[in-house]
Amino acid sequence: MTKRPALLTLALWLIPLAFLAFFFYQPLVAIFRLVFSERFSQGWELFAWSQVSKPLNFTFLQAFLSTILTLVVGLPAAWLFAKFDFPGRKILRTISLLPFILPTVVVAAAFNTLIGPQGWINQALMALFNLSVPPLKLLNSLPAILLAHVFYNTSIIVRIVSSSWSRLNPRLEHAARLLGATPWQAFTKVTLPLLLPSLLSASLLVFLFDFTSFGVVLMLGGPQFSTIEVEIYNQAMNRFNLPVAGLLSVIQLGITLLVTLLQNRVNTPRYGKAALNPEKSALSRPARRWQKVFVVFMVISLILLFAVPVLSLITRSFVTLEADRGQRGEVMVGFTLRYYRELFQNRSGSIFYVPPIQAIRNSLLYSGVTILIAGLLGILTAYAMARRARFNKFLEPLFMLPLGASAVTLGLGFLLIFNRPPWANSTFPLLIPIAHSLIALPFVVRTMLPAIRSIPESLREASRSLGANPLQVLLKVDLPILLRSLLVSLVFVFTISLGEFGASSFLSNPHAPTIPVAIYRYISQPGALNYGQALAMSSLLLLVCGLGSLLIEKIRLPGEELF
Amino acid sequence: MSKNNLLFTLTLSLLLAACTSTTSPTQVPGKPTPLTVMTHDSFSVSQEVLSAFEAANNIKVNFVKGGDTGATLNRLILESLSGSTPSADVFFGLDNTFLSRALEQDLLEPYDAPQLAQIPAEFKLDLENRALPVDYGDVCVNYDKAWFEQNALPIPTSLAELAEPQYANLLVVENPSTSSPGLAFMLATIAEFGEDGWLDWWQAMKNNGILITSDWETAYYTNFSGSSGRGAQPMVVSYASSPAAEFIYAETELSESPTASLIDAGMCWRQIEFAGILKGTKNRAAAEKFIDFLLSQPFQEDVPMQMFVFPVLPKAVIPEAFQQTVESPNQPASLAPELIASQRDAWINAWINLMLN
Amino acid sequence: MLEVQNLTKDYENKPLLKGVSFEVAKGELVCLLGSSGSGKSTILRIIAGLEEPESGAVLWEGQDLRDVPTHKRGFGLMFQDYALFPHKTIAQNIAFGLQLQGMKEEEISRRVKDSLESIRMQSFADRPVTELSGGEQQRVALARALAPSPKLLMLDEPLGALDHTLRTQLILELRAILHQSQIPVIYVTHDREEAFGLADRLVILHDGVILQQGTPQELFEQPQTAWVAEFLGLGNLVPGVVTQSKPLTIKTAFGELKVDIQPHQFTLGQKCQLLLRPEDALIGTQYSARENHVECLVRDSLFMGEYHQLELLCGETMLFARSQIPAKIGSRLEVSWPAEKIRGFPG
Repeated sequence: MTKRPALLTLALWLIPLAFLAFFFYQPLVAIFRLVFSERFSQGWELFAWSQVSKPLNFTFLQAFLSTILTLVVGLPAAWLFAKFDFPGRKILRTISLLPFILPTVVVAAAFNTLIGPQGWINQALMALFNLSVPPLKLLNSLPAILLAHVFYNTSIIVRIVSSSWSRLNPRLEHAARLLGATPWQAFTKVTLPLLLPSLLSASLLVFLFDFTSFGVVLMLGGPQFSTIEVEIYNQAMNRFNLPVAGLLSVIQLGITLLVTLLQNRVNTPRYGKAALNPEKSALSRPARRWQKVFVVFMVISLILLFAVPVLSLITRSFVTLEADRGQRGEVMVGFTLRYYRELFQNRSGSIFYVPPIQAIRNSLLYSGVTILIAGLLGILTAYAMARRARFNKFLEPLFMLPLGASAVTLGLGFLLIFNRPPWANSTFPLLIPIAHSLIALPFVVRTMLPAIRSIPESLREASRSLGANPLQVLLKVDLPILLRSLLVSLVFVFTISLGEFGASSFLSNPHAPTIPVAIYRYISQPGALNYGQALAMSSLLLLVCGLGSLLIEKIRLPGEELF
Repeated sequence: MSKNNLLFTLTLSLLLAACTSTTSPTQVPGKPTPLTVMTHDSFSVSQEVLSAFEAANNIKVNFVKGGDTGATLNRLILESLSGSTPSADVFFGLDNTFLSRALEQDLLEPYDAPQLAQIPAEFKLDLENRALPVDYGDVCVNYDKAWFEQNALPIPTSLAELAEPQYANLLVVENPSTSSPGLAFMLATIAEFGEDGWLDWWQAMKNNGILITSDWETAYYTNFSGSSGRGAQPMVVSYASSPAAEFIYAETELSESPTASLIDAGMCWRQIEFAGILKGTKNRAAAEKFIDFLLSQPFQEDVPMQMFVFPVLPKAVIPEAFQQTVESPNQPASLAPELIASQRDAWINAWINLMLN
Repeated sequence: MLEVQNLTKDYENKPLLKGVSFEVAKGELVCLLGSSGSGKSTILRIIAGLEEPESGAVLWEGQDLRDVPTHKRGFGLMFQDYALFPHKTIAQNIAFGLQLQGMKEEEISRRVKDSLESIRMQSFADRPVTELSGGEQQRVALARALAPSPKLLMLDEPLGALDHTLRTQLILELRAILHQSQIPVIYVTHDREEAFGLADRLVILHDGVILQQGTPQELFEQPQTAWVAEFLGLGNLVPGVVTQSKPLTIKTAFGELKVDIQPHQFTLGQKCQLLLRPEDALIGTQYSARENHVECLVRDSLFMGEYHQLELLCGETMLFARSQIPAKIGSRLEVSWPAEKIRGFPG
């Protein structure tokens, strides 16, 4: 089977490529052909280059700053989770994932309760220093955008980097220490270069997420900030100026391609198993004083960054502040289950009412199918990429492009090509898990690739010589080694699908909304109960996501402890 | 041992759940005609009212939601441009700010619904009856009653007054390029101050510390002090019906709504919502029946509590709770749809240049 | 120079080291010998400062190293898996420690060159370490550890992963290099051949305590416990019971044996273990008049070069003995162990 490696590699590529061609490139080409046709030529009349250059500059600036900040928070956090054992580790790890799925509206609300003009922090500062105006003005500013991006994307760094960090041979760093390196030198000269492949991978994902950021910029940054994606939305949806929107999304795609190629060019070295820990890596309790200080500091910081907004949201869904709002006197605080009870009631008798259980079921259904599609395609793609073939270099960026594609443009493309059942408008619109898979695929590939490359070929040869057929080799040799990375990527797939709003909202059947869609329905109406129900629904989303990802991480294979 | 089967079992059960859900619970003998209605996210109707219509006409209505009004309209235009038959039969939710775009793109077929005779002429903006008025509502400035009481500030009675120093930093509005109430409010200012004067007012408001958000949700729940978000600004651009929603969807029974609207002359923009039959439909007969249904008394009376708007049918009875809390603006502003269509982009550009740069 | 005092260390809430003390003198090569899991590597890690003991201290020239971080201790450690930096070439690996000392570039490249010469890998300098064989990696790791001239060198099972022939060859090489360097060395191994072949002094670790330490000869001649005797593979260990204290007589499964050497005071009825070394066995009818003789069945006879290794069934007990002449398999032999050559341990 090693005789025609190129042929086998091509065979592995076949299904993922076909999928991508049909569901990604076809609609994109269709929409570009339409918007750049004669029909829309009048759209260029008011066009000025500043419409491109201004959002482009800002997009780069905020994406660059956001990625750096995310690394600053994410790297120590990745170290914390890769090396140390401390009480509440699992819960904190799961909580750090939760921001990833929260709809932007809800994050805005959570941030508002925290850092808003009337938020706790400002209230506390005002009371403490006897101020009459809130000292912190974070909302509607660049720092708010950056903070939200860090909030959203740190878990990408944490998950991907800590998974490869925990597999790194700790003796390499020890060897450096013994050769006279301070802890910092050992980190910069040994650990960091060895982590570089996964670090670059994770940073690229974060950068692309920040680069195409839409909701965060719109809602938390406020209207004075505009990224390319926001401008595409504005041009396409509000002005119906499709050629300009098309041009912007071509530029965005081009830059994504460039960034991806650039990242490929940064000769990501492969050390295979040379850098891997031959033993099962053990977490250690922080022993020295500086370790204890570090762990305590990080845990507190992560709780402040992730747990507090998330918890304040959940707490708020159980607390009533309403009692005498009309009178504006003392705020009455009380425990209430009203918001949750109300979720189960269809007070207006609307046909679009959805019981929470059903919304949860819908969401789980889509994410289940997404896990199947993205998992399968991702494994095929990662295996294809792990092989040495000349054309791999050109095929790899193709799979990163969906992350950089404008969601608005792709959505319009979908509407052109797939506007009938079974793709859209049906009871189970297949297009939803497919769209989710397009976003999730790069995650699966990026997480699996280093793990696949680390499997020594000798192991496979050994089991083949013992009479295992290729499938058995895959199941008994590869799978146990890959399981941890596979689970990390499946957790990503699960959360991406669970929290995705855009595609779900316009592709789903309005009678069968997902949880985020249901949240939007509540929060887009005035009224304390609607607001409360949106928070209650968000808490349910967090619960489902937390339980789901814990469950996925619980999967164990017999024999896995060998690796 | 069973743990490794977990994923498999999970997905299997999910797929099973999917299968069971596809069987529709109500199968009427005689196979009902399927009718697809494209509408915006805020559309709603009660189960009861719709079922009665479906049963009486042997029609099964399938709703497709295409986002907000603009997005839904664009979706339909794209479909018509791609040359295929429309994926829906009826479009509900076109408003007077987007009316001309839909008519220009020739999306709709005319239908002289018998019920039209009973609807006041002021709502019938399309004389060819391609877009038929169904409901209307007003975009107004909401204010936090308690805040004004506590600060002993007089309630503003005109848009011009809002630019006075005593109202500095108190109003939050939405960006007209990304929000439909934001657009409506901008149009109200154009109607009020004229094409020559409206930008001066906005300049004055900018100097007076007006706050701008991208969307209604942020403006209302993050910035507005009268909402559950308990923000910092006591005035927000929202709907005249929002105080009613605050009253009806309050947690504890209130004697009156905590918020109210500024409804003096020229302060509000009237949004009229239209429905129409999509050009090229294969279900013309069923589509006509559905339009008739939209204009019928049961649906018209259902509209206030479902979508917090007023029915266009004068004889429709409006529920007590709604009647009590929704104030009708004295002289809502309006502009000719053709003027809006031709100037919208230029106005929005001018607004952005002034307010966001 | 190095003093290890009363180290204790827990692992997963169980005591791993229960008070370990030993010393390493200037230029001395000390072998830490023990079965796997006995805590040998942990002792090295504690000396290196990579782990902290629960109690006890590590002293260098009388100074407590408690607050001296790893990189300031100036000790070298060669790991069992070599831990070569996969992102660096061979030369860069060796230069790593020198660079950290702030040495000038020319000086570094000169030293790296010398070092590569000493391990006879001059032509490999710019190769990535991932392409090396096990033996080559071992040599590079040793060169890397020695390059910054550590005050103390520790080697953790350095030959563990290599095959037998390579090991024998490398033991000699290692001995030459280590002796030449004049650096005190702690050498951890579970292999007694390696230990006897290299060590100036042996420290035997078992179950978290040091059972015995001394020169190879001392340990060979005077093992203090049955475990040490068995672990070092010194000979047959036979259980028995004291039946008479003067002269000391011990009853075993194949008969009563008189024992002369008395390192321990035995009491009547006490259980004990006897060490019968194969090389002390007297074989042949000419010895049948002597004490402690027993008739055995020859199960196997192996030619070992200088002698024949006999596998004997004496009663129900299997014993090994050395003989100058081969024995016929299946034949019966008279064997005796002189009373003064037998060692006895309680327990």
